[in-house]
Amino acid sequence: MSAAPATRLVDHFERGLDAPICLTWELTYACNLSCVHCLSSSGRRDPRELTTAQAEAVIDELERMQVFYVNIGGGEPTVRPDFWHLVDYATEHHVGVKFSTNGVRITPEVARRLAGSDYVDVQISLDGATAAVNDAVRGPGSYDVALRAMAHLRDAGFRGFKLSVVVTRQNVTQLDAFKAIADAYGAQLRLTRLRPSGRGADVWDELHPLPEQQRGLYDWLVAHGADVLTGDSFFHLAAYGDKLPGLNLCGAGRVVCLIDPVGDVYACPFAIHENFLAGNVLDAGGFTAVWRTSDLFASLREPSGGGACASCGHYDACRGGCMAAKFFTGLPLDGPDPECVRGFGADSLLARGDVAPPRPSLDHSHRTAPRGGRRPRPVPVAIGRFVPGGPAHRPVSACEDSPLAGFVP
Amino acid sequence: MPPNAATRPATPPGVFDADVAWALHPGVAVRPEPFGALLYDFRTRRLTFLKDRRLLDVVTALGDQPSALAACRAAGVAPDDEARYAAALARLAAAGMLVPGAEPA
Repeated sequence: MSAAPATRLVDHFERGLDAPICLTWELTYACNLSCVHCLSSSGRRDPRELTTAQAEAVIDELERMQVFYVNIGGGEPTVRPDFWHLVDYATEHHVGVKFSTNGVRITPEVARRLAGSDYVDVQISLDGATAAVNDAVRGPGSYDVALRAMAHLRDAGFRGFKLSVVVTRQNVTQLDAFKAIADAYGAQLRLTRLRPSGRGADVWDELHPLPEQQRGLYDWLVAHGADVLTGDSFFHLAAYGDKLPGLNLCGAGRVVCLIDPVGDVYACPFAIHENFLAGNVLDAGGFTAVWRTSDLFASLREPSGGGACASCGHYDACRGGCMAAKFFTGLPLDGPDPECVRGFGADSLLARGDVAPPRPSLDHSHRTAPRGGRRPRPVPVAIGRFVPGGPAHRPVSACEDSPLAGFVP
Repeated sequence: MPPNAATRPATPPGVFDADVAWALHPGVAVRPEPFGALLYDFRTRRLTFLKDRRLLDVVTALGDQPSALAACRAAGVAPDDEARYAAALARLAAAGMLVPGAEPA
């Protein structure tokens, strides 16, 4: 907006800003679901999770840095007992909140409360326009939970909340159906890219869209323009032709980052790996120091030159694609994206051969995740059970470590 | 236009009157940057870029000046450039980020 700039805006962003434009904050690794593609391998709460006071201190910093809003996620952030308190605390401190949820806690009452605030936005995750396609990825019953939450938001008068979809090989044929669902509930559709991050690494080969599907997705996005949000996640498709709405560059460590539930700061939400760990919000200097002085972020803000992609005529459009997608498929960071639309990524994957890609550093998955629609069943146990009239205590086992083992007062 | 220019129509671009007072809508936050500024509209949740430090100065001056034109002059905009800056302000007004301001007493 205005007079001819001396430097392109994209160059400013590549060199990084003094504060992120927005950031993702996973508040907890705890989740009621076990989505097969979870980018943070969530399930179980991490005992080192930031306390309420520590989280408030982070918000204070974000206010001082003038970070406009945070994308709160998880895990399922609403299962944190202090979740609503932290949302209120953030908005009172001029930090807007957009939170992602599977809808489990969006009751009619909560929906009415949310509808009343300009500073809180809600993003309901749904990965299939039909229960069959959604539940295969997100788990049995998750489709109904998401649609019930959307109905509550609609009935409460919340207009323009987000319906967020990770595009997969199985749901890429349902884009019109997703749009129809969003329209029916007064929501805005948001499509994002499947990354091979977290548990996504295990299913990427089966779930990522095929090349011809990518082309269809690109055409669909171009046709819908700014009506459909993308979180800037499909910039690798820009090499097909026109750029999609958005910044069209990798913002990792430059204009965005991730704070994880224990306060670790990573370059981006899709890069939970020690190679992309810049520091912790509890370190001296807090988040501000991590953002401004970490060696990792300094290196991400240096001009990359394009590496193996420099000679490609499309580099200026796609800028080499997604760092996390390359990393977790074992490709060099200065080469093509695994889903490079010119096909160079497929060549690189072949050239990689049998070398195993790096694994995510953390895994908070449920240890006994209900998958594939299997119903949880009672686990057979060997220890005895209290039976009226039977033996009063279970037998003392050989590995009993209580000093009072076997003691009967 | 920047990629995320807000779309909420308030004042059609043709009818921006630079001779009256304007102010930034209270729902819009401004963050100065080396290239200009980031504007974030909490109501539409849209981000807008001001790619010019002087335009930021103009926007900041709006609230204290009796007219948009006066704000341009207070920010040191050269007379030849006034129309260009007024056009930029008109786009912000069209997006609902500027609202008619009260005349200073």
